Amino acid sequence: MPSSESLIALKNIDFSYPDGRRVFSDLNLIFRDGQKAGLAGLNGCGKTTLLSVIMGLLYPQRGEVEIFGRARREEKDFKEIRAQMGFVFQDANDQLFCPTVADDIAFGPLNLGASRKEADLIVEKTLALLRLEGFGPRVTYDLSGGEKKLVSIGTALALNPRLLILDEPTTSLDEKTVARLEQILNDCGLPYIIASHDRSFLARTTHLVWTMTEGRLVEG
Amino acid sequence: MPAHHQSLTWSKNMSEHHKSQGKRLARRESALKKADPRLKIIAVVVWSFLLALTEQIGAAMAGLAGSVILAMISGLPAKDILKRLLTVNFFILFLWLVLPFSFSYPGEVMARLGPLEITRQGLRLTCLLTIKGNAVALGAIAFFGASSVFELTAAARRLGAPEKMTAIFVLMFRYVQVIGQECARLRLAMKARGFKPSMSMHSYRSYANLIGMILIRSLDRASRIHAAMRCRGYNGRFWLSGEFNFKKIDWALGSLMILLICGVLAFAFV
Repeated sequence: MPSSESLIALKNIDFSYPDGRRVFSDLNLIFRDGQKAGLAGLNGCGKTTLLSVIMGLLYPQRGEVEIFGRARREEKDFKEIRAQMGFVFQDANDQLFCPTVADDIAFGPLNLGASRKEADLIVEKTLALLRLEGFGPRVTYDLSGGEKKLVSIGTALALNPRLLILDEPTTSLDEKTVARLEQILNDCGLPYIIASHDRSFLARTTHLVWTMTEGRLVEG
Repeated sequence: MPAHHQSLTWSKNMSEHHKSQGKRLARRESALKKADPRLKIIAVVVWSFLLALTEQIGAAMAGLAGSVILAMISGLPAKDILKRLLTVNFFILFLWLVLPFSFSYPGEVMARLGPLEITRQGLRLTCLLTIKGNAVALGAIAFFGASSVFELTAAARRLGAPEKMTAIFVLMFRYVQVIGQECARLRLAMKARGFKPSMSMHSYRSYANLIGMILIRSLDRASRIHAAMRCRGYNGRFWLSGEFNFKKIDWALGSLMILLICGVLAFAFV
């Protein structure tokens, strides 16, 4: 028996791009509840691709993706659980597409069936957690890069997910925002996977680190 | 949550110069800025149709006077309004080059301009179109210049505009700026490597590469945005916030509009 429930299990994953470039061969990964894991590796080694496979945005040619204890094979399987894995994209401009911060944070909860009132409450709570009180009516594209990143993490947190997945969250952030990011990750109390090439950031925020080498994951 | 967007106007997607100008426009808290955006949309539609259907010079003049009143209470700086009107009148200029003359509008000859004959009916029509065009444009500038695009979009959605249309509009507005910045960065990078535009094959090829790169990047971005939306449970519904309520100022504005409309109709029928 494993010590705690496995949230994500990838088994014998092979993945190649349509142009034939091989990214993973026989890749295995188990991520358990309560874990804080880092995913390290060089640029272009396939970190984002791996996260996309977990999110069901890309499908492997071989192997099994198991999330929350069930095999996920098609869009239908992923659709019901995608929002439970709060995914934070690398470029906040891709994640924030609504006119205002409040709209963007409310988007997920509204999709999940919250009423407008409930969504407004979630917006308020999320902004408080991010220490961005009063940012609701701000226009997203007028935000600074750091604020955008924090808000895009907020849009993931607002889904009330079981875990967070962050793709290169520290890219082009200053030290102050990185410190706030660490604080938020610590405060949210969720298990998470962070893909990053910043080893020192991973050392501060995670308990275990996988390194991607030659299409497989190696611990450490 | 009130649909209160800070400092955003329809000129946002234009150049930086226009952008700061737009911000200045919208910051003024005029009566028209505070009014319910739904009312503004309805007012502009009714007002524009009314003026477009007007055939009497007198009624058109009354309409123009009404639009001037609206422009005055919009709180927009006169300079910016005139600049926008200038664009409209650039197109009207072409009417003056063609319409008053007998070759396009036969009728009673009033005067001659070299070999050209100016007809009374042609001149009247040109004047009418000029007045109507300016009145409609001025009315729309007065109403929309003092609103944020997203506010108007949310209001249009509430008034029954199709969800797809409003979604496309909001996304377009959001990403025109992002893509514009990308384009500016690419051009800067070209400049940094000594690129000087000229009438050469090299220049054309470089510009073609630039445009191609922007198209590819936009396509990539669109698919990433879609993925990000799916990750947050997107299922075709595009939510726009904004609770609108009819306030005192809206009753006042509504009454003013009814008065202005009656005025124009009085000139048309009396």
